[in-house]
Amino acid sequence: MLTVSAIAEKLGLRVAVQGDLSEIVSGCYISDLLSDVMAHSNDHELWITLQTHPNIVAVAVIKGISALILTNGRNPEPATVKKAEAEKVTIMISPHSTFELAGLLYPMIKDSLPPQAGPS
Amino acid sequence: MMPESGPVEGSFHLMGGDFTNAGSASSELKAKLVKFGVAQNIVRRAAIAAFEAEMNVIIHAVAGTLHYLITTEALTITVTDMGPGIKDIKLAMQEGYSTAPDWVREMGWGAGMGLPNISKHSDAFKLDTVVGEGTTLEMFFYIKERNADG
Amino acid sequence: MHLSKIIELVNGNVVINGGVEAVEITSVCSADLLSNVLRYGKKGALLVTCLNQPQVIRSAEISDIPAVLLALGGIPEKDMLALARDKNIVLITTCLPMYTTCGILYTAGLRSCVDDCEE
Repeated sequence: MLTVSAIAEKLGLRVAVQGDLSEIVSGCYISDLLSDVMAHSNDHELWITLQTHPNIVAVAVIKGISALILTNGRNPEPATVKKAEAEKVTIMISPHSTFELAGLLYPMIKDSLPPQAGPS
Repeated sequence: MMPESGPVEGSFHLMGGDFTNAGSASSELKAKLVKFGVAQNIVRRAAIAAFEAEMNVIIHAVAGTLHYLITTEALTITVTDMGPGIKDIKLAMQEGYSTAPDWVREMGWGAGMGLPNISKHSDAFKLDTVVGEGTTLEMFFYIKERNADG
Repeated sequence: MHLSKIIELVNGNVVINGGVEAVEITSVCSADLLSNVLRYGKKGALLVTCLNQPQVIRSAEISDIPAVLLALGGIPEKDMLALARDKNIVLITTCLPMYTTCGILYTAGLRSCVDDCEE
């Protein structure tokens, strides 16, 4: 199974806030709309977003997100960093765009999952 | 590049909170610029900058106007509003910094990219603001000869 | 890549046909925040989003983006449909989530409309 630290290493992501890097990653969710993440994301997923405000940490905690990745080289706000440190939520920064990061993660995560039984 | 009759100008009214029509002024402006034969590169940048400025009025202000003036020298778009003004311009120019409430973010706005986008897409801009009264934003797009790679 | 091929790849449904046959997509912009569409969107790009409201079409129109792909099974609201029809922007929906949609399109060879990222 893939971990947050393995992904950080493979993609050269900068760890802005270090939570539990041994957290398993079983999927990925992309959204900049908090209500959408609350409704549709699953635990142990990475969450890719361009949002940098502290609310992203609260949502990540509630939804059991393995780690947050901010794209386009975006940095979290200072208040976001503080909250993530307190909640031990990992925030990583990617120089890639959202689309590109999704494209790089897609085969990585897919290959790490056990094969599905039956037709996909 | 410009109508032979001379400078052209016009304006649109903007209502704060009017998300239903948000963007319609910029869209109409874009169509007018195309009709007046303004260079495509300028049309695109001006439309984007105007849209951001229009959204700032709709999100933050009570009401405002978007005025455009086309001369042989430049396209000038001026957006004036009655609103809260901008407390800290330097902060407002930072990508990602936003004073928009959460519900605005859920509508897809409030990313804190408005002024940075305006800066990126205009050739120059001028911002005057009075806290508690409102803001005037002038955006300039210079109409000039471009190199072959433009 | 021709838009019809993209529709096939994501098992998409064409809701508003703004001239699908003629559309060649040069890159992809994946965003839910409209200022980011305005900032990064390029002429000829496909906009992939989960944001289901008319401003998406406005942003596409302003940015010269010819087609919008609404992911996660979003059913476009009435005003969004009307605006897409009016502005001749192709509106497609897919049940796939944004991540899977982007993953499939990237694997098929499409690239981001974002040139480089300032850190």
